[in-house]
Amino acid sequence: MAAEAVLAVGALPPARRFALTRRLFRHRLFVTGLVLFGAMLFLALAADWIAPYSPMRMQFRARFRPPGGAFLFGTDNFGRDIFSRLCFGARLSLGIGFAVVVATGIIGTATGLLAGYFRRLDEWLMRVMDALMAFPAVMLALAIAAALGPSAANAVIALSVVYIPRTARIVRATVLVVREMDYVQAARAFGGRDLWIIWRHILPNSLAPLIVQLTFIFAYAVLAESILSFLGVGPPPPTPTWGNMIAEGKDYIREAWWIAMFPGLAIAITVLGLNMLGDGLRDVLDPRLKVQQG
Amino acid sequence: MLRYAVRRIAASVPVLLLVTLISFSMMHLVPGDPAAAIAGAGATNAEIEAIRLQLGLDKPFLVQLATWYGGLLQGDLGRSILLNRPVWQAIVERLPITLPLALFALLLTLLIGIPAGIIAALRANTWIDQAVTGLAMLGVSVPSFWLALMLIVLFGVHLEWLPTGGFVPFSENPVAWARSMVLPSISLALLQIGLLARITRGTMLEVLRQDYVRTARAKGLPGWMVIGKHALKNVMVPVVTVIGISFGLLLSGSIVIETVYGMPGIGRLIANAIFGRDYPVIQGGLLLTGTVLVLLNLVVDLLYAVIDPRVRYGS
Repeated sequence: MAAEAVLAVGALPPARRFALTRRLFRHRLFVTGLVLFGAMLFLALAADWIAPYSPMRMQFRARFRPPGGAFLFGTDNFGRDIFSRLCFGARLSLGIGFAVVVATGIIGTATGLLAGYFRRLDEWLMRVMDALMAFPAVMLALAIAAALGPSAANAVIALSVVYIPRTARIVRATVLVVREMDYVQAARAFGGRDLWIIWRHILPNSLAPLIVQLTFIFAYAVLAESILSFLGVGPPPPTPTWGNMIAEGKDYIREAWWIAMFPGLAIAITVLGLNMLGDGLRDVLDPRLKVQQG
Repeated sequence: MLRYAVRRIAASVPVLLLVTLISFSMMHLVPGDPAAAIAGAGATNAEIEAIRLQLGLDKPFLVQLATWYGGLLQGDLGRSILLNRPVWQAIVERLPITLPLALFALLLTLLIGIPAGIIAALRANTWIDQAVTGLAMLGVSVPSFWLALMLIVLFGVHLEWLPTGGFVPFSENPVAWARSMVLPSISLALLQIGLLARITRGTMLEVLRQDYVRTARAKGLPGWMVIGKHALKNVMVPVVTVIGISFGLLLSGSIVIETVYGMPGIGRLIANAIFGRDYPVIQGGLLLTGTVLVLLNLVVDLLYAVIDPRVRYGS
């Protein structure tokens, strides 16, 4: 059984953990992903210092300026600096993605652990998850965001609802394998309490697939958030997100392609970076997942 | 087989019930008064009341739920507020636009995704493999609606090879119709191509390691026969699953793609409903896609059981 291949990252002794880090940093895909994602993260974190203009400042004499000169990526239809908006947009786009990862990580893991460990809960919990997963992810998120109204918080809620079942299912699958392992059976035989067994034995063993999955969910969430924003159910303008910047640029695409191009590049680089990070983490942490996810 | 089929069908009944329930509850997720939200900021009290009456929002929750299920049993998905016509009718009318678009995209996906994945697996760890893997990764990372815009800039505005948008009905001008379909199908297919290429490559690599492939090689079968006869058949199993998933991706993808290219299809219908808070259309679209996907999964699973006896007896 492949169960032995499940790596308990959290339970590793320091020396093994160091070896793991070294293998990660020798992994070309992982390092490339780290650089790409790191660059976008830098834009978000350092926006206050590196953005030359306020993201909201409209300079009507400088509308539709092509990239170059005083405006690195040009200006939009209101004469706002696209590079500055892109940096501040990174904050919101990555922030929403990260919030989704945290919410999904906590709620999805809890659900997966409960479903996998307490067999009586499993049946109906998983039916609900199945039903939520029956819808195309983006479509369900759009519907929920449209119902709740356009805001950053609602985008996080909508995307979390969509990705929680996908996390729960992965965690549950690991738990089903781990709970049959001898040491878990032993812990139970010694009278270990359920919650303690989950915390001490099951959770650490579910960590590797969970980390891999959450990295991919980060990527999906950034991509999906851009669609929400593009269709007007994300954080509303004038606050910049990458998605609503592209939506604004859409109407001027024939004359001023740069308005839509640069935020789209930012999305692509972020998602590509995260996908590479995910693939790298999977190769190193959890090789048996390789084929499953393609 | 029959036992498996009955069990599998029985298992999808509660899921279908939940799918309808989730679709129904969308209207009730609206904070405050849904009727006021639909009517918009400038609406008078009378207008809000009219909408409330039309949607039956004045009735108790359980009565609304019963009415919704009653309608569903008669094939009634509710009535669009913006279009003032049945949701079902609005969707069916737009099928001739979205269906060919989705089919073209699916065709592109199969014709490019599968061969690319197979070639990459057969030439694993060469530059060909790296190029395919890299491109596939790019394909799943680029936002499709942005790619659509960039294709418009390149092929529509600069090179002037193809129309920048709009839709010409087939009956009006078949050539113009085909031309208006090119860029939208490519934009819609890209994500699936990347996905399918990755999965085909992964599965193919796995299959090539199997004993029966080694046996086939050992008994002296030529390489193309090993691949064609033994490997490909087994690669097709996960590929069929992906095609099932594709249906959902194509539909949700068409929401943005049809918006960018100004095609009046189902995707556009849903996008407009999202813009205009036309909740009945959102609910109907959600319900229909969810149901179709559940049934599609059921059919795929049953087909597997027919093809592969291990599925029937496993667990």
